[in-house]
Amino acid sequence: MSGYIQSETDESLVAELCSPLPTKRLIFTYAMNAIAFGFTGLALIPLLSILWEIFIRGISGLKSEMFVKAVIDNGFGNAILGTIIMVIIGAILSIPTGIMTGIFLAEFGQSNTIASFVRFITSILTGVPSIVVGVFAYGVIVLVTKGFSAIAGGFALAVIMLPVIILTTEESLKLIPASQRLASAALGGTRFQTTFRIVVTTAIPGITTGILLAVARAAGETAPLIFTALFSLDWSEGLLSPTASLPVLIFNLYNDPDPEKSQLVWTTSIVLLGLILSVSIISRLVIRQRRIK
Amino acid sequence: MENSSDDSNLGDESFNLTGISGANFWFDQGFTRLVYFFAVITVAVLFLMSSVIFSEALPAIKQFGLGFLWGKDWDTGNQIFGALPYIYGTLVSSAIAILFAVPVGMAVALVTSENFLPTSLRTILAFVVELIAAIPSVIIGLWAIFVFIPVLEPLQKWLANTFKWIPLFNTEDPSGTNMLTAGVILAIMILPTMAAISRDVLMAIPKELRSASMALGGTRWETIFRVLLPSGFSGIVSAAMLALGRALGETMAVTMVIGNSAQISASLLDPAYTIPSVLANEFAEAEPGLHIGALSYLGLILFGLTLAVNIGAMLLVKWVGRKNK
Repeated sequence: MSGYIQSETDESLVAELCSPLPTKRLIFTYAMNAIAFGFTGLALIPLLSILWEIFIRGISGLKSEMFVKAVIDNGFGNAILGTIIMVIIGAILSIPTGIMTGIFLAEFGQSNTIASFVRFITSILTGVPSIVVGVFAYGVIVLVTKGFSAIAGGFALAVIMLPVIILTTEESLKLIPASQRLASAALGGTRFQTTFRIVVTTAIPGITTGILLAVARAAGETAPLIFTALFSLDWSEGLLSPTASLPVLIFNLYNDPDPEKSQLVWTTSIVLLGLILSVSIISRLVIRQRRIK
Repeated sequence: MENSSDDSNLGDESFNLTGISGANFWFDQGFTRLVYFFAVITVAVLFLMSSVIFSEALPAIKQFGLGFLWGKDWDTGNQIFGALPYIYGTLVSSAIAILFAVPVGMAVALVTSENFLPTSLRTILAFVVELIAAIPSVIIGLWAIFVFIPVLEPLQKWLANTFKWIPLFNTEDPSGTNMLTAGVILAIMILPTMAAISRDVLMAIPKELRSASMALGGTRWETIFRVLLPSGFSGIVSAAMLALGRALGETMAVTMVIGNSAQISASLLDPAYTIPSVLANEFAEAEPGLHIGALSYLGLILFGLTLAVNIGAMLLVKWVGRKNK
C-alpha cells in the first residue's frame, strides 16, 4: 500500500518538474496568450486593409494633370489648393498663439494655478469634437461675413491645430535642461533673451514637429469644413468665397454615379493619405527619437 | 556684445548686478505681457466657443426649452425639432465602440508593454497601431462603405436570420449601413487612443509589483489580472473615457455608415442617426432661424457631453496621481 502511494508521489513530482503548472493554469496561460495575440492581429487588419485598398484602387487613376485641373474637369487641383490655403490660414492664426501659450506653460509657471488652469483648458480644447468647432466657426465667421469662405474654414482649422501646437511646444521646451536657463540668466540674460535665444532656439526641432503634426491633423479634417468652407467644383474665386478641400471632395463625391468621379474619389484619397501619413510618420519618428535621447 | 555699452556706466550700476534696466527692462516687461496675452487668448477661445454656440442655439432653446432633449420628432417643414433619436444614436453607437475597443485595446496595450516580444518589435507594433489615428476619418468611412460593409453584411444577415427572437437583432434584411456597423467602425477609430493610453498606464506601474507577484509563483497572466490591471485600473478607466469622448464626437465615418435615419429602434441592425451626423448633413443647407438654432442646440448638447466625459477622465487621472503620491 505504502509503496503504491510512494510511486504516485514520484509520478506527480516528475510531472510537476516537467510542467510546473497544473493543467488548469497552463490552459489559462495559453488561452490568454492566444486571445491577446489574436486581438492584436485583429487590430492590425483594418489599418493594413485601408492602406492596401486605397493604394490599389487609387493608384491606377492617378494622372499628373489631375493636380492642375478642377473637380469639374475630373481633377483635384482646386481641392489641393483649397486645403493648402486653409491650412496656411489655420497655421498663421494658431502658430503664434500656440507657441506663446506653450512658452507660458513651460517657462512662466510650472506650479502656479493660472498655468494649471490654462493647461486644463488646453486639454479640454483637445477633446472638443471637430464638428462642434465647425459650429463655432460658422457662428463667428460665416454669420458675420454672410457667406461660406476659406477664411471660415481656416479659422476652424486654427482652433483644431491650437491645442496640438501648445502641448507639443510645452513638451519640447520642458526637455531643455534647466542648467541652460540658469547659465543664460547667470550671464545676464533677461527673461526674453533666455527664452528666445536659448530655450526656444534649442527646442525648434521639437516645435516644428509639433506644427507638422497639427498640419497633418488639420489637412485631414472634414467635419469643420463642410459648413464653413463648403465646397466648390471649380477654382475658388477668392478667400471669401466657398472653397474646395481634399477631404470634403471625398465626402461629397463618394457616392456619385459618374464612374470618373468615383475613381477621382479614390485617387484623391491616395493623395491625401500619402500626404498626411508621410508628414505624421516623419514627425512622430522625430519626436520618438528625441524622447529616447 | 551687448555688454560693451554697459561697461561705460558700470560704475553707476555696479550695486545693481541682478537688475535689468532701460530698454531691456521694458522689452522684458512687454514680452511677459505678450506671453500672458496669448495664454489668455487660448482660454478665451474655449469660453467664446461656448457662448457663440449658445447664442446660435438660443432661438431653439427659447422655443423648445429642455423638452428638446426628449422630443422625438425632427420635422424641418413644420419647424418641430426634438433631439432624442440623435442623442440615442450617439450614445448607443459609442457604447458599442467602447465594448469592442476596450478588450482589443487592452490586448494591444498588454502585448506592447509586457515582454512577450522583443522590444524593437513591440515599439513598431505600438507605432503601427497609433498610425490608425492619423488616417482621416473620411477615408476610413470610404473604406468602410466599399470594403468593410460588403464583408460585414453577410454576417449581419446571418445574425438577423438566426437570432431574430433577440430584440437586438430583430431586423428584416439588414442593409449593412446600421448602428452596429457604425459602432464597429468607431471602435477601429478609437482603438489607438485606448491602446496608447493604457500602454502608458501599464508601463508606469513599478517593476517591483510584477517581480513580487512572479516571485510568489504567479504566472504571467495571473500577474496581469491580479496585480497589473487592478493597480492600473483607474488609468485604464480614464483611457476608456477619453476614447469614449472621441467616439461621441466622431463625424465623417459614422455619417457614411450609420444609415442616417432618425429613429429609436432596439435592433442594432437598424439604421440610426447621431448628433455629429445630422450636423454634417443638414447644417450647410439649413434655414437661418429655428432650424440652425435646433442644430446648434444639438451641437451644444454634444459639446456638453464630450466636455463632461473628458473632464471626468482628467479629474480621475489627477485624483489618482494625488493618491499615489
